[in-house]
Amino acid sequence: MDTAVATRTDNLRATLWRPLAGFSRAYLAALVLTFLLGAWGLACWGYQIFRGIGVAGIRRPTMWGFYLVNFVFWIGISHAGTLISAILRLTDAGWRKPVTRIAEAITVFALMIGAMFPIIHLGRPLVFFWLIPYPNSRLLWPNFRSPLLWDLTAIVTYLSGSIIYLYLPLIPDLAELAQHSTGWRERFYRLLSFGWTGSDRQWHALERAMHRMAGMILAVAVSVHTVVAWDFAMAVAPLWHSTIFGPYFVAGAIFSGIAALLLVMSIIRRLLHLETYVLPVHFDNLGKLLFLMSLLWFYFTVAENLTTWYGNSPSEMNVFGSRVRGPFAPYFWIMILCNFVLPFLLLSSRRMRTIRNVTVAAVTVLIGMWLERYLIILPTLSYPRLAAVTGFYKPTWVEISITASTFAAMAMFYLIFCKLFPAIAVWEYKNDSHR
Amino acid sequence: MAIDLDRCTGCEACVAACHAENNLPLSDPAEAEKGRAFHWLRVDRYYEGEFPDIRMKYMPVLCQQCEDAPCEPVCPTYATYHNAEGLNVQVYNRCIGTRYCGNNCPYSVRFFNWFEPEWPQPLELQHNPDVSIRPGGVMEKCTFCIQRIQRVKRDAKADGRAITDGEVQPACVQSCPAEAMTFGDLNDPESKVSRLAASGRATRLLEDLGTKPKVFYLQRAK
Repeated sequence: MDTAVATRTDNLRATLWRPLAGFSRAYLAALVLTFLLGAWGLACWGYQIFRGIGVAGIRRPTMWGFYLVNFVFWIGISHAGTLISAILRLTDAGWRKPVTRIAEAITVFALMIGAMFPIIHLGRPLVFFWLIPYPNSRLLWPNFRSPLLWDLTAIVTYLSGSIIYLYLPLIPDLAELAQHSTGWRERFYRLLSFGWTGSDRQWHALERAMHRMAGMILAVAVSVHTVVAWDFAMAVAPLWHSTIFGPYFVAGAIFSGIAALLLVMSIIRRLLHLETYVLPVHFDNLGKLLFLMSLLWFYFTVAENLTTWYGNSPSEMNVFGSRVRGPFAPYFWIMILCNFVLPFLLLSSRRMRTIRNVTVAAVTVLIGMWLERYLIILPTLSYPRLAAVTGFYKPTWVEISITASTFAAMAMFYLIFCKLFPAIAVWEYKNDSHR
Repeated sequence: MAIDLDRCTGCEACVAACHAENNLPLSDPAEAEKGRAFHWLRVDRYYEGEFPDIRMKYMPVLCQQCEDAPCEPVCPTYATYHNAEGLNVQVYNRCIGTRYCGNNCPYSVRFFNWFEPEWPQPLELQHNPDVSIRPGGVMEKCTFCIQRIQRVKRDAKADGRAITDGEVQPACVQSCPAEAMTFGDLNDPESKVSRLAASGRATRLLEDLGTKPKVFYLQRAK
């Protein structure tokens, strides 16, 4: 190894490993704050289990509320990772290096949070395992015709797949970290590096495994959000029963996923001082992708709403009307503003796609996509087919607390992750210099 | 079941009878205002014409016991299923409270126990011993008074005879002062309810959804 490469490697380690050592006061404060918020959410959930699901604002006929909105939202966010990193890996996009691990970690944490919500939402959460097909003395099976069971299957597959997908590219970094650390960290990294020595055979096996996982995880990611969409589309409720829902949800998920990735990237870049790795070109490229998804999302939204309006079927028009000019209209137009108008203004020209503008667009898209999920679930439930039954949902402090706490939990997971693992794969840069 | 809308006066005796027969939990006014009151059978009101020339129409709506029930396939635990007699039954013990069935019911006749049920003193002393008390967190709905069907079947079997038409009377049918409701065996073409269902006055609620409800609404043809 010549000296230039050696210096380069040292520089890499110095920058990318620096965040792993020590705790600044601000870090500890952030960790404690997010932990307390997360714990408050857990306490609220405990209260809800103890008192009954009625402490949430759900009612008849709007039997699904914030919890399912959050469920769809977080599962959508989880598409950040895996999908984007898998596409970039499969197409061998050279600029992917600082992006992939940040994205893959978002996926795992967002899925962990998202997968909790269907359980939080249950009337009897303590027997949630009745959904799982396991052999039991009463010879009872779950109902495989139910979209909820497809959902469970898809999410469990996706969660295990994305954990493996996050873990595989970590292995070379972990082995290297083990070499350079002491105490519990050494033992921790050594254990996780799974006997990695960096032989040619191991590299070959790893490359192949990552490539295959990238291909599989793409298929799983698309199917997961399609199945989430089918939770709604399989029901005969007006405006849920739509053939477009599968692709519409997948597009929305990738859209919000890229937004989440951009937001996390810009925060990490600032806090971990990775300005020399996470470059404006990454924001520019992902900003273009976000813009593309914004257009695609708008296309789907127009297609969905125009056909409904033109078809003019009474029960569907009730729901449609409540969205565009009724009680849900403010949310609808804010959603259009956040998901289409603002991203269009901020992202369509190269001069506008600065890091700051792209980050602002990412935040508006996240708000807009949360509202989109809200607008898909609640108007339909508020206006069922029989005109004599209507009812509006108002979230209670329990639901709002649990919702807020999940964002804190996401931040907390990320804080811990950045302390334990380098946010950017060191080996990907090193290998580059070998070639 | 057949319900004659031309006879219904909207007195809600059927609603009260249903509450007493099926141990329906009582809701306090605040909960009822939130749309959490339990009425397995409710009387919907519709207005025809322009004010002041309006006609009020009453429509008792209960579980339509659909032959192709949208609530059944979506339940992940088989808590709601079709029994051999064609009734749409709910197994409270198996329900985990996803509330998917409630969303997928086009008639909105499914009710959820948001909390453990409570009855103010001394009302819990008048519970019907034939009907189980549902725990918090499970879905419930009209059963066509399955406990009464079972009792008549048992009695008839003990006497070694067939069940006669009109022998089974759900609480709502029994209590209807206008005799607007008729209950019987739709599989028997000679039963009163079958004849009413075959009459030109019979329609079914949201029939175009293809759910094949087993409740027939009778009204004069326009």
